[in-house]
Amino acid sequence: MEKLRSKKKTEFISKLISYVLLLILGFFFLFPLVYMITTSLNPDERSIERQMGSVRAFIPEQVSLENYGNVFERMPFGRYLFNSVFIVGTTVFIGVIVNSMAAYGLARFTFRGRGALVSLVVALMIIPFEAIAIPLLLMTARWGWLDSYHVQIIPFIANPLYLFLFYQFFIGFPVALEEAALLDGAGWMKIFWKIALPLSKPIIASVAILHFLMQWGMFLWPLMVTVGPEFRPLPVAMQVFFGQYPRLWGDIMAFAAMITLPVVALFVLLQGQYVRSVAQSGIK
Amino acid sequence: MAKHVSTDKRRGFKHALIFLIPGLALLITFMIVPFASAFIISFTNMRLIARIPARFIGFDNYIRMFQDDVFGRSLLNIFYFVAVVVPIQTMFALGLAILVNKKIKGATFFRTVYFLPTVTVMVVVSVIWSFLYHPEGLLNGFMNTITLGNWTPIDFLNNKAWAFPAIMLMSIWQGVGFQMLIYLAGLQGIPESLYEAATIDGANARKQFLYITLPQLRSTTTFVVISTTILAFRLFDQVYMMTGGGPERATYTVMLHIYTQGFVRQNVGYASALTVVFFLIVLGISITQRFILKEEREVA
Repeated sequence: MEKLRSKKKTEFISKLISYVLLLILGFFFLFPLVYMITTSLNPDERSIERQMGSVRAFIPEQVSLENYGNVFERMPFGRYLFNSVFIVGTTVFIGVIVNSMAAYGLARFTFRGRGALVSLVVALMIIPFEAIAIPLLLMTARWGWLDSYHVQIIPFIANPLYLFLFYQFFIGFPVALEEAALLDGAGWMKIFWKIALPLSKPIIASVAILHFLMQWGMFLWPLMVTVGPEFRPLPVAMQVFFGQYPRLWGDIMAFAAMITLPVVALFVLLQGQYVRSVAQSGIK
Repeated sequence: MAKHVSTDKRRGFKHALIFLIPGLALLITFMIVPFASAFIISFTNMRLIARIPARFIGFDNYIRMFQDDVFGRSLLNIFYFVAVVVPIQTMFALGLAILVNKKIKGATFFRTVYFLPTVTVMVVVSVIWSFLYHPEGLLNGFMNTITLGNWTPIDFLNNKAWAFPAIMLMSIWQGVGFQMLIYLAGLQGIPESLYEAATIDGANARKQFLYITLPQLRSTTTFVVISTTILAFRLFDQVYMMTGGGPERATYTVMLHIYTQGFVRQNVGYASALTVVFFLIVLGISITQRFILKEEREVA
């Protein structure tokens, strides 16, 4: 009896410690984002500067959306948003088709050199984008591609990691349905579009999420290949806005919040899928 | 498996080709060709916008690297960054994964909170943390409070000693959630029966962690360490945004040097040579880590 009670007591204490840790860490990861939001809601720049070093920064004296309005006045925010959404949307959409098709070709057919091609894809995964950025810049500059949408889209469609994730999925996927369709006289393209792709929804979701995150946050490349607001995506616009002096922190945080909050909301909704995506990217 | 479908290898290739063409063409054009041309360009004096035709200059770019103090500094900096960030971030990620893997109420909620920074764009994270690191910002205010007013404010990002640690902290804050999720998947792959057997044998929690959890997570750890290292080597966005490589090059990184040489100064030839060396270092370190972590596994 005494032993049972003491066991219960240690369990309670260990649970308590877990919660205290969870809360402290939760605060650590959350407070910069909350700080961004509360600062963005404070219309009085002097009050922001007065409070920025204390807890009161989390409780603005006044609350308004004035800073958000300022962002639109000072910058063509809508244009940047459109650029980002268009570039990311197109890349991810075409990327899913191209990468899954190539993976299907590697997984479903036997031909000489197939193994070598798979090894090549795996080897390409090691090359970081940074290792090809400069020659790619030279190449696209010579082609007259600079300052355009396509220079930010076409090079990023095919990706060895996403191709390989699709490949693994198709390899582990039963072919019975596809064989039946083949016997019924369906062509391979039709089988791919009508049977294989609709059954690949889980892996499509995983790859699309990883591809989205990579493309949405891309900074170095658009910094080099875009010149003005016409084709510039949000991260580079944020950098330009941040570089304008005097720094108005309220406006800057409103800009930051507008890039961040929709994505954060989306991932809170899709959290289960995101956890699976990251787990799948952990292949070796 | 695919043998049932088509036994004839040549016909197989005919069918496969149409699927393979778009993907392979793009990979060749935008990865293999630029990657290969980096090696070739590195032996020339190529400029981004050519006024004079480029010519081969042998190993001049590589020799120049040895005399380039800025490059030396950037290498030292990036090794410093990797040596600090990789072990801390890996251990932190494992700790977080163990914590949110506990069967207690609210664990899923905290898991979501911990990964929120990973879906926040690095440029935005840089902006927020620049504000936190402001001489009158929250971090200085916090230090002042816990030292009961005995804190002299530090301009973290303009301080030679503090600028890089400040960037390290925010980088860990942003990135650790991703590795946490990978560790979480690893943890959930460990068979429950192993822990049950250990409990019956009377092994305590510490022993279970050392003799079950850690060994079972070996391959996950290999992956996490290598991918964090590669990410750390690519350090660019944060330093470009927050310090521009300063003060006095205290946060100047290899990627910043490649960007400055290749894009700002348009020395594509020299930047390509830097790129080649950068790639070989990253490759060498990944192979070494894989080798060491594998060795450990065999010993254990």
